[in-house]
Amino acid sequence: MNSTILQTATRYLLPLLLVVSLVIMLQGHNKPGGGFIGALIGAAGFALHGMAFGPKATRTALRVDLVWLMAAGLAMAIASGLFAVVEGSAFLTGQWGSVHVPGFGSIKVGTPLLFDIGVYCVVLGVVMSIVLALLEE
Amino acid sequence: MTLLPVLPILIPLCTACLGMLFYRSLRLQQWVSLFGAGALLVVSILLLVIVHRDGMIAVHSGSWAAPFGITLVADLFGAIMVLLGAITAAAVVVYSIASVDSIRKQYLYHPLVHVLMAGVCGAFLTGDIFNLYVCFEVLLLSSFVLLALGSERGQLEGAIKYVTLNLFSSAVFLSAVGILYGAVGTLNMADLSLKVAQAAQEGRDGPLTVVAMMFMIAFGIKSAVFPLFFWLPASYHTPPFAVSALFAGLLTKVGVYAMIRVFTLIFTHDVGFTHSILLWVAALTMITGVLGAASQGEFRRILSFHIVSQIGYMILGLALFTPLAIAGSIFYIMHHIIVKANLFLVAGVAHLIRGTSDLGRPGIVGVYASAPIVALLFMIPAMSLAGVPPLSGFWAKLILLRAAVDERAFLYVAIALLVGIMTLFSMTKIWAEAFWKSPGESADNENSHDDAPPAKPPRTPFTMLAPIAAMALLTVLIGLGAQPVFELAQRVTDDLLTPSRYIHTVLGSPDAAPSGDAP
Repeated sequence: MNSTILQTATRYLLPLLLVVSLVIMLQGHNKPGGGFIGALIGAAGFALHGMAFGPKATRTALRVDLVWLMAAGLAMAIASGLFAVVEGSAFLTGQWGSVHVPGFGSIKVGTPLLFDIGVYCVVLGVVMSIVLALLEE
Repeated sequence: MTLLPVLPILIPLCTACLGMLFYRSLRLQQWVSLFGAGALLVVSILLLVIVHRDGMIAVHSGSWAAPFGITLVADLFGAIMVLLGAITAAAVVVYSIASVDSIRKQYLYHPLVHVLMAGVCGAFLTGDIFNLYVCFEVLLLSSFVLLALGSERGQLEGAIKYVTLNLFSSAVFLSAVGILYGAVGTLNMADLSLKVAQAAQEGRDGPLTVVAMMFMIAFGIKSAVFPLFFWLPASYHTPPFAVSALFAGLLTKVGVYAMIRVFTLIFTHDVGFTHSILLWVAALTMITGVLGAASQGEFRRILSFHIVSQIGYMILGLALFTPLAIAGSIFYIMHHIIVKANLFLVAGVAHLIRGTSDLGRPGIVGVYASAPIVALLFMIPAMSLAGVPPLSGFWAKLILLRAAVDERAFLYVAIALLVGIMTLFSMTKIWAEAFWKSPGESADNENSHDDAPPAKPPRTPFTMLAPIAAMALLTVLIGLGAQPVFELAQRVTDDLLTPSRYIHTVLGSPDAAPSGDAP
């Protein structure tokens, strides 16, 4: 499809969708959201990009190999569960620590966040593989 | 210790993850896959040994207590199933080194096999019915891809039927889980067992029977029982042989496992109703499966129909619902997974040697002429499937028949015996057509010894023969060591028919179990 309207709109919509998808992922810890739907929103953005500019351009825009993205996501999700095992508790038990950010105070970070990021990567990788394969048909 | 029951799920996932990272290099992928399958095998043996010695293990993942968090339970039944799964997976991974083409491997064949295994092991180990659904989905999604990978015409035709029917079954399964949660307010299987029994006592068993029937339909489709089996023979002969073997060995048995688990642990409030339906289903499954097989003329189609008829035997044991009958079912599953996967693997070798899987094709010399060893290796699982002593299938059938005689269910004894004879007929048909057919009958150059087979068949790679030989050996061992295996099956049955053990392992001691009386 070669539509100027869609292409121009996509240039503004894609960053917006990506930011929303990250926000949804981060707020998923104690509100509706999470890695899965966050990634679906992000994938919607990239799917739009694929329709506007063609799948080839989208592959370059994504910058990472989709299979690697899936593998990395899976690795992160598994690793987030293993932290607890090293500590001696059951698999996937949340482990928390805090990071001091200058000028902001300390932020609590934990393995559930890593798990969510992992899920985000896997879902984005899977959905984009399917969407791009369909667009390339 | 808390990690052990999680490992059979984690190892295949890690293997898949590494396989994807190295997906550019087929050689590296192969090694990762072999290593992962080996590790899974070792861990599942360890799990079985420990569970056998110390009793069942429950792990609450995320440290959330039992009825709320997701529990993984490794009881003897689950551990045995995981081990059988690991054996099949290891055989299939070794077998696919030479038999699966490199294009499929480039499209992540190996990682997909391991994701499938993660789903299979998860289904065997989970103690949460929604989690069981998730594991079913994991294994189904990867099986969809494995089935369609390669996009040959026949494959897609089979895949469409497979996907449609299985998605329908998942929808029924999920609805049943939803209704069950609405009715009793829990998803943990141990807790469900308590709550369902309690609800039935209070006379609120109307919706529960409906839900039980929905589970029966959902698992019935997955395990390919009588009216719902037709997706199986329509699809199992289409993918590569290694994939067929994996599916034939494991996927329907996950359905049977779920059926046995749910109808021994949770829905035992109206055995007279649910289990007599199962009895009819079992009989009809046996008969239709074996009649379907008799009418087929293609190696894998015959075997596929026999999966259906064999599922009937397993359900028969559950339906009779006596300790001996259930032990018979468990024995049957142990025997069947090994034998069936092996038959599909042999079918691949026969296809390689003969160049076709059709049986009645004229002018093609039997396998025996060029590779007598392969013919022998077919004979062991085939005769075991038909129930010839002293192989594993004989003992499995004997236990079930004995249980049926004890229950005075002579009609079912007769059906089971008849189906056994028909199975023998199918196996001899395959033997005669694909293996025994001598060069003299088909080719005209009778007495020339130097070029007896017209075109020299390709040499069978060692990596294809080794897993077949190992599985055949296992079949013989189960047959010769039937007593210890039967004792194992009896212990499993004992656990299954005493749900309180399972419940106590998951929920802790009876008083500590959080009561869900609050509305």
